[in-house]
Amino acid sequence: MNPQSCVNIQKEWDIVGARQLGRDIAKKIGFGTVDQARIATAISELARNIYLYAENGQICFEVIDNINHKGISMVAIDNGPGITDVSKVMEDGYSTSGGLGAGLPGVKRLMDEFDLQSEVGKGTRIKAVKWVR
Amino acid sequence: MDQKFKQTAIENSDSIVQMWMEEINSIKDGNYTASISDELFESTNREFVNVIFTSIKSQGSTKVVEDFSEKIINLGWPLSYITDGLQVFRRVTVDYILGQSEKIDSSYISEVIKSVDAWVEPLIRQLVNEYSGSWEHIVSLQRVALQELSAPLIPVMDRITVMPLIGTIDTERAKLIMENLLEGVIKHNSEVVLIDITGVPVVDTMVAHHIIQAAEAVRLIGSTCILVGIRPEIAQTIVNLGIDLGKFPTKSSLKKGFTKALEITGREVVEHERTEENIEKLINSLKGE
Repeated sequence: MNPQSCVNIQKEWDIVGARQLGRDIAKKIGFGTVDQARIATAISELARNIYLYAENGQICFEVIDNINHKGISMVAIDNGPGITDVSKVMEDGYSTSGGLGAGLPGVKRLMDEFDLQSEVGKGTRIKAVKWVR
Repeated sequence: MDQKFKQTAIENSDSIVQMWMEEINSIKDGNYTASISDELFESTNREFVNVIFTSIKSQGSTKVVEDFSEKIINLGWPLSYITDGLQVFRRVTVDYILGQSEKIDSSYISEVIKSVDAWVEPLIRQLVNEYSGSWEHIVSLQRVALQELSAPLIPVMDRITVMPLIGTIDTERAKLIMENLLEGVIKHNSEVVLIDITGVPVVDTMVAHHIIQAAEAVRLIGSTCILVGIRPEIAQTIVNLGIDLGKFPTKSSLKKGFTKALEITGREVVEHERTEENIEKLINSLKGE
């Protein structure tokens, strides 16, 4: 009953594709415009990280529909270089690419649940969930 | 051998065409061409099969093939029409030639398949290349068109310039924005530049980073940059992301930003009383007497 859809991230324009799909799903579940913008921004950050650091990966969306809860879950998976210092990337202002360094801590603040697993040389898996209020 | 097969195929082209047409019509239904009128489908099929035979007869005549692929593209038919058609032709022709000959052994069969392949393969390659080449051409034209639209700079008033941004900002476009912005500020001698992001769907850290850099660069050449068109939901996500846009003024709408720009350049909008109204008042007051 939970349809899952995935977007491959390889080119810069795939970020836009992922964002649009995520936004459509969020709209269908019944998120307001502000939460839609939050979800789209979070997808954008995760997809851009894949594009920038891993070059190749996938973002999968899932609709969660429990008795008490309704929401969207997104999982970003890549087989990239992995993150050496997980606690450091969650600090504001830390960036290895000359960016603002607000991406991952930003996603954590934009979403309700956030889980990061990474192994150096193997890849990274980030799961984030937003609940409908 | 090859010449003999070719001879057979050309001499019996009528029966091969007949078989081909039947096969093509059978795959029409429930397939890509269901919405196409029968007459058009019929006439295009005839043309297609003529093109195939002309190109088999005169190896290397490319003009007809070019014209035909252009026609298919203009009709908007899918590439699979071409590949299916040639695939069917190959099958039908091999069948036909095998049906005509008395002695059949495996080496003979492979001989037939080989020579029919040799006629059809270059045709497939050429048609597919033509077809995809024309799509690539369209895509590259659109890319140029998009680039022209991507970062326009409008001098709205002496010393005030507006850059409206609509759509997604990627790395290439961000670079263009920066270049156009700085070039335009110098060229129009602007004191204030308004960057309008009303039409930008998502402001993530990369977009924000580029805007901050552009604003900083504008500041370095002595002008002020005002970011306008920040929608409420965008404002919230910017705060959530923890992005500091405090280094330059921001406004919710272009109108407010423009008022601010006038203020910076030492001007203001003054409404004059309209003279007709004064005359009307005068007439009204005269009537009263």
